[in-house]
Amino acid sequence: MPKLKINNVEIEVEKGTSILQACEMLGHEVPRFCYHDRLSVPANCRMCLVEVKPGPPKPQASCALACADNMEVFTDSPMVKKARNGVMEMLLINHPLDCPICDQGGECDLQDQAVGYGFDRSRYYENKRAVKDKNLGPLIKTVMTRCIQCTRCIRFAEEIAGTPDLGMIHRGEDSEISTFIEKTITSEMSGNLIDVCPVGALTSKPYAFQARPWELKKTETIDVHDGLGCNIRVDSRGGEVMRILPRLHEDINEEWIDDRTRFAYDGLKRQRLDRPYVRDDKTGRLRPGTWEEAFLKVSERIRATNRGKVAALAGDLCDAESMVALKDLMRSLGVDNLECRVDGARFDTSARAGYIFNSGISGIEQADAILLVGTDPRKEAALVNARILKTWRGKRVKIGLIGENADLAYPYTHIGTGPASLEDLAGGKGAFADVLANAKNPILIVGAGAFRREDGVAIQGLCRAVAEKYKAGYNVLHMAASRVAALDIGFVKDDLDLPAMQVVYLLGVDNPDILDQINPDAFVVYQGHHGDAGAMRADVILPGAAYTEKDGLYINTEGRVQFAKQAVWPPGEAREDWKIVRALSAYLDRPLPYDDIIHLRGRMVREWPHLAELDALIPAEWAAFGNPQAPISKDAFVPAVSNFYMTNVITRASLTMAKCTDTLLKSAVMGENGSVAAE
Amino acid sequence: MGIPLKELLERHCGGVRGGWDNLLAVIPGGSSTPLLTKEVCENITMDFDTLRAAGSGLGTAGVIVMDKSTDIIYAIARLSQFYMHESCGQCTPCREGTGWLWRTMLRMVKGNASVEEIDMLFELTKEIEGHTICALGDAAAWPIQGLIKNFRPEMERRIMEYRKMAA
Repeated sequence: MPKLKINNVEIEVEKGTSILQACEMLGHEVPRFCYHDRLSVPANCRMCLVEVKPGPPKPQASCALACADNMEVFTDSPMVKKARNGVMEMLLINHPLDCPICDQGGECDLQDQAVGYGFDRSRYYENKRAVKDKNLGPLIKTVMTRCIQCTRCIRFAEEIAGTPDLGMIHRGEDSEISTFIEKTITSEMSGNLIDVCPVGALTSKPYAFQARPWELKKTETIDVHDGLGCNIRVDSRGGEVMRILPRLHEDINEEWIDDRTRFAYDGLKRQRLDRPYVRDDKTGRLRPGTWEEAFLKVSERIRATNRGKVAALAGDLCDAESMVALKDLMRSLGVDNLECRVDGARFDTSARAGYIFNSGISGIEQADAILLVGTDPRKEAALVNARILKTWRGKRVKIGLIGENADLAYPYTHIGTGPASLEDLAGGKGAFADVLANAKNPILIVGAGAFRREDGVAIQGLCRAVAEKYKAGYNVLHMAASRVAALDIGFVKDDLDLPAMQVVYLLGVDNPDILDQINPDAFVVYQGHHGDAGAMRADVILPGAAYTEKDGLYINTEGRVQFAKQAVWPPGEAREDWKIVRALSAYLDRPLPYDDIIHLRGRMVREWPHLAELDALIPAEWAAFGNPQAPISKDAFVPAVSNFYMTNVITRASLTMAKCTDTLLKSAVMGENGSVAAE
Repeated sequence: MGIPLKELLERHCGGVRGGWDNLLAVIPGGSSTPLLTKEVCENITMDFDTLRAAGSGLGTAGVIVMDKSTDIIYAIARLSQFYMHESCGQCTPCREGTGWLWRTMLRMVKGNASVEEIDMLFELTKEIEGHTICALGDAAAWPIQGLIKNFRPEMERRIMEYRKMAA
């Protein structure tokens, strides 16, 4: 534990701490451009120079110098001030003076630090350098003349995203950041390049010239595009979501988010259901209606139907409140046909340990062997993939995959494609069985997509058998934000006979497979926020709120309860979802016993106390789940996500995501680079 | 080591073209060390400490001798161009600074500058020196520092001349 003095204050730090980190601990801000907490340290911007005694009579880069005993560090001596002023002047000579038209303005590191260390005028009378802009695809806009060659983007692409697409070409003052050969970035996390870029060289293309950071209302909330519950900040102006940024959560997303989370927000403005619709009896077409008309129609049909013939399904993006309200309503009517596994997955829900990510996402880093079953984490949860990559980079863990081959950004052993390999592992056969047996802390990650088959329960049992045999962590990687909450509150019925139902209540269900199963004569109510497959099939549409438009609880794949906040209002006549259910209950003469969300949450917590434990990981009790003895088909696991950019109603309505799909498909068709799998 | 510079040049290297009195300056250590004027060259010995005390350095000990036919400002500007070309571009002061130095030096060659810019140039070299990862930044800075220290009157003369011509 080295002990040193910083500005005459003594501090003792962990071995290996850099001076910059030690300064931060004491609250001395050290300006920096190239240094980033989560990336390697190149020490090339030279902005973080400090004076260190004893040492050579010149300032040292504090980001790259480890603390040692008896050091004396000065962060604001005349020598330091002069050095930083010099570096700042050098950075600015070739930086364009286009702050007024730069999207980074107001949140630009260079701008901020120039206030502290810049001169008030320029002494540079030569011509400024101009750099050709690069085409990095539909998400990232480049103005490369603004680049200060900090190389954060290069390091991010290589170290965090695992797609070493970027590099520095040429040398000296001609050096520029570029993709090696003209191509777009292939990472699902490329949007983070915008955040790591300290200047306006890499900015958001969809957000270009839309708003200034100081005009935006910032709402800290939770994302719903995958099952991880990434922490995000929604920046809105008026009633419009202008952009989405990541928020720090060490155990889930660190400080990254994937491109779907970041860029799909324009889907929130298109194809929205902003008023109730009712299918006209005469024309057979949907026409705009009033809330009253819609509720009357729904309540009439439910009253007229045998309760055994009524079913309610909950989709991928629902908050826990609306599902609890719908469940309460259905129970009060005597309906128990409730189902949330609308992706067609079959698995045993009796034990919580059987369907959550027990090790926790940050728990991946403790693993020394990882077995992936029927999952492509890069597409299903890009941040889990980033976490596995981080673990692999750190200690070269052994990774095995059962399922279809995929480009995962790290090397892995392909064990097999179907359940047979899983059976082998359960029996201790095969090379990877030795790896698992010798590992101290192996984990198993099963994609929820692996259960999307007739023998899902058997697969689940087999996974449990493997986990128990090797004392491995058992983890299910869900793709739907609502799923674990729905399972926790018991929104399931294993032997639901959907084709026999006469009234089907869809709470944001748009999965075509399950919609096809609905009887063509059945009366379908769709409550949701986008005009997609579910709304097309509906006889009555009740317009609900998207995730940015309502307060709600979500439980992520780890079983972590998180609270999402409302950023903007739902459009038009659309309402928060639990309120719609509450209003409908009055029309059915079964008024639900809560009139505001506080009472609803109170009711939820009384039955499921763990819902009150916000942001906590509660270990689930291990129990026997699944049935390894059940017959298993030999069919290979099929990929659950074919197109990363189109997975739910919001992404399907998003122009940005459509452009991404276009670029992705094109490059795959042209065979331009091998790392993009053909969709 | 320790051989007097004059002896090195006059006895072992065949002497300065046109005799010792025709000597303008010597760069004693490769291209990167500050130059020495004739007066200093008279009595200096080639070793680390002496050269350091004279404000230069032994460096690689590759001696560059310039007689009075040399345009000393252009000679140093050429060195600046070399260092700009060799800069790898990793760290800021060298990447941005070497180009700046060269362009300013090019103007100094013609005299197309102001007298204050000589001080600015000196300051610039101080902003690069010691702030870079490797020693290339230092190496780019020193020749110019040597030039300004020893040939400032020549630089000012050229600026005045250029002004007269321009007027």
